Amino acid sequence: MPKLKMPKNSPELDMTPMVDLAFLLVTFFMLTAQFRAEEPVVVTIPSSIKEIPKPDKDILTVTVDSVGRVFFDIDNKMIRAEMLKMVGAKHDIAFSEEEVHRFSLMQSFGVPITEMKKLIVADERDRVEINKTTKGIPVDSANAATNELKDWINYARLASAQFYQKQGLTEPKEYNKLRCAIKGDGRSNYSAVKEVIGTFQHPDIKINRFNLLTSLEGKPE
Amino acid sequence: MSDVQTGGDGGGGKHQKKRAKKSSTRIDMTPMVDLAFLLLTFFVLTSTFSKPTTMEITMPMKDPDDTSKIKVKRAITIMLTGDDKIFYYVGVMKDDTEFKKTTFDDTKGIRKVILELNKEGVQGIKNIEKEVKKLQGKISEDSMKTLYDSRVAALHRVIGDKATYTVIIKPDEKAKYKNVIDIVDEMSICQIGKYAIVDISPAEKEVLKEIDK
Repeated sequence: MPKLKMPKNSPELDMTPMVDLAFLLVTFFMLTAQFRAEEPVVVTIPSSIKEIPKPDKDILTVTVDSVGRVFFDIDNKMIRAEMLKMVGAKHDIAFSEEEVHRFSLMQSFGVPITEMKKLIVADERDRVEINKTTKGIPVDSANAATNELKDWINYARLASAQFYQKQGLTEPKEYNKLRCAIKGDGRSNYSAVKEVIGTFQHPDIKINRFNLLTSLEGKPE
Repeated sequence: MSDVQTGGDGGGGKHQKKRAKKSSTRIDMTPMVDLAFLLLTFFVLTSTFSKPTTMEITMPMKDPDDTSKIKVKRAITIMLTGDDKIFYYVGVMKDDTEFKKTTFDDTKGIRKVILELNKEGVQGIKNIEKEVKKLQGKISEDSMKTLYDSRVAALHRVIGDKATYTVIIKPDEKAKYKNVIDIVDEMSICQIGKYAIVDISPAEKEVLKEIDK
């Protein structure tokens, strides 16, 4: 009769399944991760029961922080570059190719156009400092001449329309696809947000339909 | 463990035959697991889970010769002011209109007020929901959604003619942005189809100043 051999209990574990699982999870998170772009201001958006997700593309975001400073952002790099050239031309400020390129890679900004050069050439650390001390983009819905937000929105839409026209879209419905969103801090005064809405509705721009960014909360029964 | 045993033997190892070491095909995977979990932790922590949602809003056109006036008879005017306070009145404002005070409370605040006034709309939506739910499984998800949407649109048309309320939201300069979002949110909770955000009038401001001390 053959002897029954008891299997030796090895202290070593077979880790292969665990490694498999770990790498599977790593791959999953790597592929799904959307890196939080570092934003110049931290904004706590209010919550609502609306479930429509924020679009990723073709969106212009106006951020209003808790003290009412206004920041501007647009996602497409090409449109950003064109927009800066046009806004610069309107304010008689010429930007070099290098500056335009640097600007197109930046995140949202909140400085008057006169200080834009300083922000563009600044390195990471200086930018943080500038964003801390800036008063935001000048917004005055009553006075069109000093309302720089109006220029940014206006030229962003123009640049976006030209960009899509170049890609072969001919119908106004097709190339005017830029949407506008307001990302307001819940603690900011409504009057600050009202200024932005007033700018959206300015006769030169006429944006009457826009998005307010919120975070999701549960629906009440 | 084996280390401890051989240590106890004293010089026992010397007499053992020299054996060619069997090369194991196993690799020590501990460092790899360490690395994998480190990466895992990193990605879990940096990824954003809650994507912001959006609330689509259509503001009335700012046209000087726009004559579309809201039928104020069936209107609820809600005024938002500092410290999350809400005042409201129903109908047209007259000299003796009483501004009632309420809060954002979920059960006994503004929601209760609107739900009470908009009973018909809320009941109608509930009926539609029931009706659509009955068909669950029998028809596809998409056609369920289209059915629901068309029924809701029909309901809004019907009650829009006679019974539904229009809500006018008037935030003053002390109101916070959060208050405005909350009240717009209440509109969809209470099935109010028509609402508008407008500026507060001087007369209302006066009254507010009187009662909100």
